[in-house]
Amino acid sequence: MTFAARDVPAPREGVLRRLSDLLMRRPRLLLFLLLGPPLLWLGVVYVGSLLALLAQSFFSIDEFTGLVKREFTLKTYGELIRPANLDIIIRSVLMAAAVTLTAALIAFPIAYYAARYARGRWKALFYIAVTLPLWSSYLVRVYAWKLILAKEGILNWFVAKAGLTPVLDLVLSIPVIGGPSLSISYIGTYLVFVYLWLPYMILPTQAALERVPNSLTEASADLGGSPGRTFRSVILPLALPGVVAGSIFTFALTLGDYITPQIVGISTLFLGQAVYTLQGTAGNIPLAAAFSVVPILIMAVYLTIARRLGAFDAL
Amino acid sequence: MNGTPAVRFENVSRRFGDIRAVDAVSLLVESGEFFSMLGPSGSGKTTCLRLIAGFEQPDSGHIEIFGETAEGVPPYRRSVNTVFQDYALFPHMSVGDNVAYGLMVRGVSKADRRRRAHEMLELVKLSGLEDRRPAALSGGQRQRVALARALVVRPKVLLLDEPLGALDLKLREQMQVELKALQREVGITFIYVTHDQGEALSMSDRVAVFNQGRIVQVGTPAEVYERPSARFVADFVGGSNVIEPAAAERLGLAHRLYSLRPERVELLAEARDTPGLRTAPGVVANVLYQGAVRRVQVDLAGISLNAVVPGGGLTLAPGDAVTVAFDPAALHPMEATT
Repeated sequence: MTFAARDVPAPREGVLRRLSDLLMRRPRLLLFLLLGPPLLWLGVVYVGSLLALLAQSFFSIDEFTGLVKREFTLKTYGELIRPANLDIIIRSVLMAAAVTLTAALIAFPIAYYAARYARGRWKALFYIAVTLPLWSSYLVRVYAWKLILAKEGILNWFVAKAGLTPVLDLVLSIPVIGGPSLSISYIGTYLVFVYLWLPYMILPTQAALERVPNSLTEASADLGGSPGRTFRSVILPLALPGVVAGSIFTFALTLGDYITPQIVGISTLFLGQAVYTLQGTAGNIPLAAAFSVVPILIMAVYLTIARRLGAFDAL
Repeated sequence: MNGTPAVRFENVSRRFGDIRAVDAVSLLVESGEFFSMLGPSGSGKTTCLRLIAGFEQPDSGHIEIFGETAEGVPPYRRSVNTVFQDYALFPHMSVGDNVAYGLMVRGVSKADRRRRAHEMLELVKLSGLEDRRPAALSGGQRQRVALARALVVRPKVLLLDEPLGALDLKLREQMQVELKALQREVGITFIYVTHDQGEALSMSDRVAVFNQGRIVQVGTPAEVYERPSARFVADFVGGSNVIEPAAAERLGLAHRLYSLRPERVELLAEARDTPGLRTAPGVVANVLYQGAVRRVQVDLAGISLNAVVPGGGLTLAPGDAVTVAFDPAALHPMEATT
């Protein structure tokens, strides 16, 4: 049989095939179908509820009746800067900043190894190791940390065996961040936060580093750049968008968390807890809403600064 | 060409797993010459270049760059610079900063850096583009930036890894002329890796032909083209006819391996008296139209021979009977080993 005579059946016609024809001819329809539902969701449910929240923050609460007065006022925002509330904001921002910085420092070497050295099996192992904590419940992990950090916990036992109890006591005796035990101190809260949000820092950083071609680091070395110079002038600037993306996660997640500081830490409030109590037991929705606007503003300021510093130049 | 050689390889080998990328290569690149490494992909030429740049270290053997031992010396301590195949321009820096990078690393003052980068961009005909990002440049412009960036630090040896591979034909030919002129102007040793025999022949002072991790032949372009030492060189450099010893005997020649350039083969419509020429009857098997010339494959009773003939002249089609004629002086005997 000659090549030309060989019979290949035409692909079978069907509804799906005709639908494909239609979408091929009308790419805008395809775009609409793909983006319509998520945009509807984001637009109505997400942005809508955000605006509703924003609107609430411009109302105030009647101090006698405890009911929300639906009149425009900046009184609620005024309450935000009362010393007790300002404390909550500053405490939360400092915690979020410390957690973000630590997570970035720990994440970078891990991400660097995974992006530039790990291959095949080791890469799979990396992904599993980084995401494994996310497989289990958040609550279980936080309680597990409470047990680890408690006075009778494994960490204390280990520290005692290693003869480092005086060092731990010294750390715990630091005013403000110290406390009776790791599980009842800001240090404890901080450690758990870093653990909780680390994967969210590692993954974007690794993705950014993965996109830096080897030839760029070779070119830097070729032109006389020592490994340190190559890191500062080539690798870090190109990885920065990933680190900033990761820091959005760690920063925002820390600012919004209301469970971890309640389980591991002392009784002073963080932003998330303030929102939780105000909208729940206190029934002060306007102030809760005003508190919720704070992280949004902080993130906006943070991203503006990052942009000014050139964090997104490599995008 | 005297004094210390620019680069010297002594039995250099580099293995990747079971693959011998570079297999006991010895070579000598003279100072100031335009030296090409020519070969198919995977023949070891790029690995040789990376060994000179310092991105790879040899498993065995010895490398010298201007008389100094190169093994164990990291890339940032070598006075050689590379123009990368993908240009490897820093995407987050302007063209000016890219070119000035090597100077910045060396602690040259900002004003001085700007001036020298500007001069270098002028040399590669790109002045005025300092503030652009590499992403905003065409392929040809990026290539020039890469060249300027490597030359600004005044390397003793410039390594070029298929730098014209991504450019279109016209730009490539123009850059060949410019590169050669540039090399004469700056007087730096150029080591040029390519798989394009035309590029290697037109620009180089000498060419090393690579195959399977080894150098098969080193010589001037004319030597390599006209007097290939081995079957591989004859075939790879310009698609020469390789006449097997048995076939040679049937054509009335000595029993040995010959190469015969296709442009030295004439095609005659009918047998006629051709003093001094060897003739044989054949049948046209295939005709490749190539514009100025046609490449005609002729079957001489089982022996296949290529002829390159001018575009005009005979009209030929597969199946036509022709007479093949060539001057025995055009035959080049080769060693039958490789």
